[in-house]
Amino acid sequence: MIQSPAEKLGNVIIMIIIGGFCIFCILPMIHILALSLSGNRAIMSGEVGLWPVELTFQAYEGVLANARMVRSLLFTVALVIGYTAVALVATILAAYPLSRRNFKGKNVMFGLIIVTMFFNPGIIPHFLLVKELHMLNTVWSLVLPLLISAFLLIILKTSFSQLPIELEDSAWLDGCGHVRYLTRVVIPLSLPVLATLALYYAVDRWNMFQDALYYINDQDLYPIQLRLYEMVINSQTNDATAQEGFNSTAPVPQSLKAASIMFATVPILLVYPWLQRYFISGMLVGAVKG
Amino acid sequence: MKNEAQATTIVIPSRRMSYLSRQWPLYAMMVIPMAFFLIFRYIPMAGVVVAFKNYNIFTGIWDSAWVGLDVFREVFALPEFYRALRNTLLLNVLGLLTFPIPIILALLLNELRVRWYKRLSQTVMYLPHFISWVIVGGLVLELLSTNTGYVNEFLKSIGLSPIPFLEKPALWIATYVGTGVWHYAGWGTILYLAALTGINKELYEAAEVDGASRMRRIWHITLPGIKPTIIVLFIIQIGHMAEIGFEQPYVLRNAYVMEYAQVISTYVYTVGIRSTQFALATAIGLFQSLVGLILLLSAELISRRVNGQGIF
Repeated sequence: MIQSPAEKLGNVIIMIIIGGFCIFCILPMIHILALSLSGNRAIMSGEVGLWPVELTFQAYEGVLANARMVRSLLFTVALVIGYTAVALVATILAAYPLSRRNFKGKNVMFGLIIVTMFFNPGIIPHFLLVKELHMLNTVWSLVLPLLISAFLLIILKTSFSQLPIELEDSAWLDGCGHVRYLTRVVIPLSLPVLATLALYYAVDRWNMFQDALYYINDQDLYPIQLRLYEMVINSQTNDATAQEGFNSTAPVPQSLKAASIMFATVPILLVYPWLQRYFISGMLVGAVKG
Repeated sequence: MKNEAQATTIVIPSRRMSYLSRQWPLYAMMVIPMAFFLIFRYIPMAGVVVAFKNYNIFTGIWDSAWVGLDVFREVFALPEFYRALRNTLLLNVLGLLTFPIPIILALLLNELRVRWYKRLSQTVMYLPHFISWVIVGGLVLELLSTNTGYVNEFLKSIGLSPIPFLEKPALWIATYVGTGVWHYAGWGTILYLAALTGINKELYEAAEVDGASRMRRIWHITLPGIKPTIIVLFIIQIGHMAEIGFEQPYVLRNAYVMEYAQVISTYVYTVGIRSTQFALATAIGLFQSLVGLILLLSAELISRRVNGQGIF
């Protein structure tokens, strides 16, 4: 393709605009990284921009020395792993029957599930239910109310129903029942979409903050986002938010806040390269079908 | 069924029996999922009756007295409710102004010919979507606060006066909308990029033969190609006008801007959890859900009319 000078100039301008937007996206993270690695004096005097000044790992040591922070991190890691496993199993259990052709009652059950995507009664009835079930301040309040995402269930159901019918027919001829067909054939053939779902569930659970704010008062059960909120945001914006939120705490050094943010971000950054590919495919399947 | 039973009395067990003997595992598998949906999705729907009762924790939901629409009358008499509603609409309408940004980004990405540059930009652009709102709130404070924020430190260092991004309502609203762009605009390109791949390449080749400039190609081929996607996403966003997420406004707000930062979702939290007025908070939430449902169904109808197909 031969390009006119005007087109070439256009290409450069486009690259600059896109590059500018990317810088806008990434600079805040780089600044936090620099803060987390800088000395307190340099931070206080406003010298730290995008590069660490007086390089030190003290802030990270500080976070690791903070028993509550470490506890929240470990608790959240365990919570995310446990939740993802349970949610994945429950989603498979629903998606497999709903993807069968001759499953009587399928449409009624699927209809009941779809309705829940349209009408959300609001958070307070959910809170009252969790309270009535005596699940406030238990780990169950962070797992059971989010057990199955209807959106992800549709993705998995679609994927299961796209497996070749011949597979199922030959499995039946071999005397293979539903349970064996599911565990030996369907699941092994669906690993990519299952990985997508697992990542969705895990990232959502890692990032979610609202349910913990509503359901959890016990410091020992604070997920990382709630701990971070208390430490990074609530300690700075006291006054009105403090009187209806937590008690305001002693000022926390900026480098320590930055290092805490890094701790909560790094797991996301670690899974992101895989995430990106699977997430996009998952989102597109959902968009086409949903 | 009768005929069938008569016909099959000799050898074959009834068809129903054989159906169940083969398919019962499917029903067993559905037990846990259906229990989940009934308990955690349908009971809360029934739980909205709290909004019509004189509920208190000690009498419980079922034994509390019915009060009809009294709770709603109370809601509609609260100035704070109207303020929260106004703020919700205000932030959503201003958010709607940023609707074209993902479209523009997708069009620009589509014009990029340098492969690695395109892929790298996409990776960087999608990343903010996976950063939690609490962390976004932390980033905003570290960057924009008047005393210690880096942006203001920078302004001071080149002799300008600091900008109170988080204290002045108008600037706070701009910050709110800006963080929305930061969090979502890059990720929002995905659906448009997918629609772009569906455009027939021959159209571009023909346009090039005819000597059409880049702008004309975008205007006459690319934009019409993604028009249905644009319309559907726009209608969906309109459908969500009355609803607002909880986490973004909650982590960004501070004492100076409460007049504008208190939206319906955060107001429900204040009323329901902080002052334990559950009936009142349920009614406010129910109001939001009903308006949301009506808007969403209207959006569906409009989409059928305009696009010839529904959203769902």
